Amino acid sequence: MIASDALGRGIGAHPMLRALFRDSRTRIALVVLLLVTLGAILAPLLAPYDPTAHLDIEHLNSQPPSAAHPFGTDPYSRDVLSRLIYGSRVSLAVGLGSVALAMTFGIAVGIAAGYLGGAVDAVLMRLVDAAISVPRLLVLIMVVSLWGRLDLVPLTLLMAGTGWFAVSRLVRAETLALRDREFVLAARALGVPTPRVLVRHVLPNVIAPALVAAALSIANVILLEAALSYLGVGISTPTASWGAIIQDGAERVAELWWLTLFPGLAILVTVFACNALGDALRDAFDPRQLPRDDSDALFASEA
Amino acid sequence: MTTPLLEIENLHTFFYTDNGVARAVDGVSFSVAVGETVGVVGESGCGKSVTALSILRLVRPPGRIEEGSVMRFEGRDLLGLDERGMQHVRGNRIAMVFQEPMTALNPVFTIGDQIGEVARIHAGMSKRDAWAKAIEMLKVVGIPAPEQRAGEYPHQLSGGMRQRVVIAMALVMNPALVIADEPTTALDVTIQAQILELLADLTRRLGTSVLLITHDLGVVAENCTRVIVMYAGEVVEEATTIDLFARAHHPYTEGLLGAMPRVGGEKDRLATIPGTVPPPTNWPDGCRFRDRCPYSWERCEAEHPPLYQIGGGHTSRCHLAEEPERRNHPHPPLAAQRGATAA
Repeated sequence: MIASDALGRGIGAHPMLRALFRDSRTRIALVVLLLVTLGAILAPLLAPYDPTAHLDIEHLNSQPPSAAHPFGTDPYSRDVLSRLIYGSRVSLAVGLGSVALAMTFGIAVGIAAGYLGGAVDAVLMRLVDAAISVPRLLVLIMVVSLWGRLDLVPLTLLMAGTGWFAVSRLVRAETLALRDREFVLAARALGVPTPRVLVRHVLPNVIAPALVAAALSIANVILLEAALSYLGVGISTPTASWGAIIQDGAERVAELWWLTLFPGLAILVTVFACNALGDALRDAFDPRQLPRDDSDALFASEA
Repeated sequence: MTTPLLEIENLHTFFYTDNGVARAVDGVSFSVAVGETVGVVGESGCGKSVTALSILRLVRPPGRIEEGSVMRFEGRDLLGLDERGMQHVRGNRIAMVFQEPMTALNPVFTIGDQIGEVARIHAGMSKRDAWAKAIEMLKVVGIPAPEQRAGEYPHQLSGGMRQRVVIAMALVMNPALVIADEPTTALDVTIQAQILELLADLTRRLGTSVLLITHDLGVVAENCTRVIVMYAGEVVEEATTIDLFARAHHPYTEGLLGAMPRVGGEKDRLATIPGTVPPPTNWPDGCRFRDRCPYSWERCEAEHPPLYQIGGGHTSRCHLAEEPERRNHPHPPLAAQRGATAA
């Protein structure tokens, strides 16, 4: 106890962060996500070809992996490696963008419902209950079929709009518990105005569980985007996305295995890393793991 | 007597629960003079803490302060203030020290930040000035190396240290009244005395009035000039501390005093009061203590006792004030008899 506490004072980092980075899952997950992110940012430098160029416009056929095309080409004679690298942009942009939006909105709704209670809570949560009872993929397909294929920004907004329900319920439950915690009461007793109580005393304490949900949610959105593309209602062609590449080879999976294997692996590894990060965050934020100083008896003279 | 700092008249705070209306505070009146330390004692569920929260108007729905309650503080009607006016009172003129220093501090901010917040809100101080003020307050409450400690998080401090921080937060604005709700209950015995001494010393120097809520009559004896005994949402006895210990009148107070360990006292088991506080949704008619009282008679069932004046500002909510001879004929309380048949 004393040793770990001294360590805490020495390093000065938040104990939860230290617990997080001690976890090897976190480090592996972060390295994977960093590589994917770098790939997305540096796509124009890394990709050997233009992802939308038909390289062999005369024959337009799919070639197996070769030295010139390590991951082969698709039925439209586009380089799969280049499309894969550019496709990470779509997955990450939709994943991060929509989850960031969904978290912001979900946290705001959850805190409002949980802290204000009463009619506000009842109305907001019944709406969420209704929204959550409709399968997300169904809603997405419905909207897409009404509006036609979507670009990156509308797709991100759509994912965000259908992704905040669970977070708002989670945050509401946390807020309900926090509302009756003594430090919130103490803040009110010291004359802290309600908006400030919410921002300073409630929000920072619900961020942790919301972050866990966010990491898991990114994985879910990447899968959903792939599913939409695979179903042919995802991002507009010819933009490359991982689901779209799989779709391009879907009719001849046995023959054109490289069109399924490589983007499939990319999805698998990224989703796996997000989930691992989520789990690691969950463990790190478990307050029971925090070092505590209950050494009153030991330091009676000091106190 | 000069005008009291805080005057509470006929305070009713009810909770509208699914199981009925809980009359947690049911007609409480008392006052606190400038510089005075008043003790409020009673067992769990008697309405002490709800009274404290009512004064700061921090009772949440389904709880509500009823019409007809009056709370005057520094000549102002607290119940007439709007939320902004109330925020100006809280932490500025009336501050509160909570029971659990473990949980009364926000785990994600440094203690310097949290003490400084009070100064920033009420005195409009800049971040830098508030930080300096926080360090000054840490010094005042006797925390060693305050410059360094100010940058630490609550979990890095021991329970006693944390309660000092809570006291520092309460005293930042030099309030006229500090409400301390069981400030030492959660602490080790060795630390309890230090914390109480600190609180007493600081409030004496600053001329702060204190409303000290406790279930420990020993704490009252050492710190308070006057005592209010609460039972079942009501004040059942009020007296100066000396008077209360010398001539406790209400059988409940007698029971509390009997349940206190004394140095050189009998070495047998401590006396207890049989039974428990009745549920606040269903206070009995008549005297609310009668089932647990060794003197109760027919009148106690028929007639709710008023607060009788028994001389020298000493009041007691017991019919014994009018029929003192009944004190000579104690009997086992109904609750004890019921317990015996049940066993």
